[in-house]
Amino acid sequence: MLIAALRKELLLQWRSRAQFMAVFVFGAAALLLFSFAVGPVAEMLRQFSAGFLWLGLLLSSTLTLAESFHAEMENRALEGLLLLPANPRALYYGKAIANWLQLVLLGIALVPVMVVLYDAGTTRIGPLIGVIALGAAGLSAPGTLYAAMTAQVRSKQTLLPLLLFPLIVPALLASVKATSLIILGDPMNQVTAWIVLLVAFDAIYWSLCGLLFSRVVEE
Amino acid sequence: MKRNLFWLAIALLAAAVYCGLIVTVGEQYLRADLSLGLPVGARTLIALLGGLVALVLLIVADDFRNLSRPKALAVAGALFLMVGSYFGLFVAPPEQFMGDIQRIMYVHVPTAWFALVALTLAFASAVVYLFGGDYDWDARMEASIEVGVVLAFLLCCQGSIWAKPTWGVWWDWDPRLTTTAVLLFAFLGILALRKFVDDPYRRAMWSAVATIIAYVDVPIVYFSVKWWNSLHQQQSNPNTVSKPFWIPLRASAFGILLLMTAFIMLRARVAALRLKHELAPPPLTGAEIGESV
Repeated sequence: MLIAALRKELLLQWRSRAQFMAVFVFGAAALLLFSFAVGPVAEMLRQFSAGFLWLGLLLSSTLTLAESFHAEMENRALEGLLLLPANPRALYYGKAIANWLQLVLLGIALVPVMVVLYDAGTTRIGPLIGVIALGAAGLSAPGTLYAAMTAQVRSKQTLLPLLLFPLIVPALLASVKATSLIILGDPMNQVTAWIVLLVAFDAIYWSLCGLLFSRVVEE
Repeated sequence: MKRNLFWLAIALLAAAVYCGLIVTVGEQYLRADLSLGLPVGARTLIALLGGLVALVLLIVADDFRNLSRPKALAVAGALFLMVGSYFGLFVAPPEQFMGDIQRIMYVHVPTAWFALVALTLAFASAVVYLFGGDYDWDARMEASIEVGVVLAFLLCCQGSIWAKPTWGVWWDWDPRLTTTAVLLFAFLGILALRKFVDDPYRRAMWSAVATIIAYVDVPIVYFSVKWWNSLHQQQSNPNTVSKPFWIPLRASAFGILLLMTAFIMLRARVAALRLKHELAPPPLTGAEIGESV
């Protein structure tokens, strides 16, 4: 059932890949604009590059997450899905995993932009992708749950960030710190602590949101 | 039953005030030993548990009909707060290192305690609603969130007023300060969500889910910011706070406790009345009744 839900989501995302491109351009534009806040000082830009990358990804994520229940809202498709003899949890995890994959792709796509604009290159590609995957998981689990709520109300574009941003503060903090340590060097080996925090955050919210999702969509 | 609970809560409150406040007043100003042989630790425990259990009982026993109870509690709370402020501003000696600036602690510390208590109450109400589906608990949750948000906002303001002369900055990225700010925004978001959802069932269910999720975040935010940066004072306890400071601190604490309880009761009453209005069937129009309109 989870596989079927996931396949449905991935198919939907593949067919709307133009939207992914638009969100990517939005994220890249955000990264460009952040540099104007600091000014053309290469050293400072490099220092703040991890923070800018994650803020760019966070802003872009609100666009993809807010749209992720778009298809279900048309023709009351959500009700149809809930009538299927399947656990709504599978629906949630299918969507959350699809959102996660999209955010990971987006994050990886934004890395070259960051490297070019802020001169923040690193050879430690593996850990960098790992941190992006863990951080994106922290955004996608509560983000998908809140999107299920906000997609059904007026002014969803305002409400989703309002609910999501305070909640993901620890995930954002840990991701920025870990990314920053990977890019700028990590003499004290602090990156492990931040990754443990990210894993704990992900574990808590992937299980809690899955438990609570059926209460959000039930009629 | 509910009537008995109310008087039990009042009795607990009286015991808490006696153990927490009156005994200390007797020791310092009346030269009388009113402790009834109870050691300091037991008295502190009775004051703490008595106050908290009384709060829970008062909220649970409230059926939103009686307006005189919350009003009486609010008046009592205001009186306690006045006594606490008087002792804090005019009677207690200035603190050794910070001088008069430290006097804000008499309201700041209780505000911090009860902001957390109010939001814990919101979390408990959310859990009870999620499992029971009783709309009374939805009303209590809304009330506790709102009062908690007000207290958290006051906490940030008081903290800034204290921090400017002490640390030289209005704001500092300290774990407790940052956690309070994050909490404030998280629960403001839930209040906004409630405003945007018209269907009472969905509003109750969604805000209960969001409250649980936001509350679970509190310790995670605290520890992540703690690793990130730290500067705040260590928390004090009765052993590190000298006795002249007890009376203003505890009187203010009881004052804020009573005021908070009263506000939650009053606000829950408003929420319950609104909900009753929303859940009621729409009134018949003139044509349906058979009048010529």
